[in-house]
Amino acid sequence: MWALSVNNLTKNFGGIKAIRDINVNIEKGKIIGIIGPNGAGKTTFFNLLTGIYSPTTGEIVYNLDSQVRTKDLKPHKIVHYGIARTFQNIRLFKEMTVLDNILIGFHNRLKYGVGSTLLRLPSYYKAEKSTHEEALELLDKFDLLNKKDELAKNLPYGDQRKLEIARALAAKPKLLLLDEPAAGMNPIETKELRDLINWIREAFELTIILIEHDMSLVMNICEEILVFDYGNLVAQGSPEEIQNNERVIKAYLGEEVEEC
Amino acid sequence: MKSKVNKNILKGIFLIGLYILVQIMINIGVIDSYYELNIVIIGINIILAVSLNLITGFTGQFSLGHAAFMSIGAYTSAIITAKLNQPFILALLLSGITASIAGILIGIPTLRLKGDYLAIATLGFGEIVRVLAINNDYIGGAIGFNDIPKYTNWTWIFISVIATILLINRFLNSYHGRACIAIREDEIAAESMGVNTTYYKVLAFAIGAFFAGLAGSLYANYFYFIKPDSFGFMKSIDILVIVVFGGIGSTYGSIFGAISLSIISLFLQGIPELRMVIYSIILFVIMVYRSKGLLGKKEFKIFKSRKKVELNVGTISK
Repeated sequence: MWALSVNNLTKNFGGIKAIRDINVNIEKGKIIGIIGPNGAGKTTFFNLLTGIYSPTTGEIVYNLDSQVRTKDLKPHKIVHYGIARTFQNIRLFKEMTVLDNILIGFHNRLKYGVGSTLLRLPSYYKAEKSTHEEALELLDKFDLLNKKDELAKNLPYGDQRKLEIARALAAKPKLLLLDEPAAGMNPIETKELRDLINWIREAFELTIILIEHDMSLVMNICEEILVFDYGNLVAQGSPEEIQNNERVIKAYLGEEVEEC
Repeated sequence: MKSKVNKNILKGIFLIGLYILVQIMINIGVIDSYYELNIVIIGINIILAVSLNLITGFTGQFSLGHAAFMSIGAYTSAIITAKLNQPFILALLLSGITASIAGILIGIPTLRLKGDYLAIATLGFGEIVRVLAINNDYIGGAIGFNDIPKYTNWTWIFISVIATILLINRFLNSYHGRACIAIREDEIAAESMGVNTTYYKVLAFAIGAFFAGLAGSLYANYFYFIKPDSFGFMKSIDILVIVVFGGIGSTYGSIFGAISLSIISLFLQGIPELRMVIYSIILFVIMVYRSKGLLGKKEFKIFKSRKKVELNVGTISK
């Protein structure tokens, strides 16, 4: 079963072809890595998947909760389709507490109206109570419970990354997109992150796609790797296949030029 | 749980006590009409500042059109009470509703703009409302609207101020309010968590405009007379100053700001030639030494109801 199918996806920014005619199917339940040199179009690809950009041509088909076929997609709709993401440069709600950050993740699942908010009807108390309980449980799983009243901006870097992932998981996604989760982490933190991602996949039954430059993380954790270069998908396969793929080596190291 | 209930009862008793105390003082003449006038002005300013704070402080949308919503409310109320001779309560509610509709109509096209662009657009909206009012003879044009019955008194001001604070605080302590704050913090992240940013910006605008319209109604039915120029650009700036002075993103900051700035300008009335100079210096000093406003983002502990639900839940043991 596939979770996501990308058909002939192209994105141009003016004259720059950021994504060129990509076709790929992502299988459910796998951890997929996207690698490639800087400017290869990895984050653009994420932004297309999450509706921040709309594709120039081509379409994306999501098969998570239900099948959704879309060319244009509003960013706030993706959570309804079962997708949540984190950002390359952490985007927490800095002036809000850790708990409030998590609570935003529940936004999509809360249904009581403005009327019952203002009148404080029982539906308000019921929904808020169960949401708070769930949020605290989630914080507990991420070892952030004792920091729940801390402002997000005051957390150490590693905790901020964790909080961003926890916030994404609060939306109960089926597909989690992680944009460079290990950026700025030292080897020990990266190893912890590896365990965390593995644990998340088991505990939440997710498909995970991650962009990452840290090869030790990608090669260890991913079952399948997509390699981007100049907006093209140049290779797709298991870590072993990718390590020995000529085009990948060329993309990273360049090719030898014969001297004349 | 029990102490929470007790605290709410105490709060209620305090407010009722305050109301009765001031009412008695008005009746026996300790508070004369001059002081009553200032109480009304403070009340109206609190409503304006708290509602603008929802738009600018919490949702992060920089609006310079708040006086225009007040103007729409004031004129609506004037028409309903003076021309149509309807009861004041109807005028109050309809003023809020018409201002709110104006907020939605202006919000939908302009709220896709950000920061200074939005400020300019709302400034333009304020001018449009003013010029329309000047050129409409039915509502008195540039001469102004006269002979509005005086209905506003301490009771109406008190009820309106409490209702404004209570309802806006309730809104902020729900997932709707959290969504608004998330938009202020990071629009892209909020959107990717499922927050429909356009909807919530317009909603914040509509609610803010409702209470501004309410304030306009109270204003019109206290001062007998309104004219388009009372609700110009400078009035919007005045409201914004209160919000910034008290602390952007703090409801109690806005209340505190409205009270303290009104009292400051009251004391400065004795020296009219230096009044604006000293007023400006006070603002200047506050902004330099407390750039987040007098109260910053802090809320008074005794009024803090934010964590109510959470406290009931208690902490989960590991």
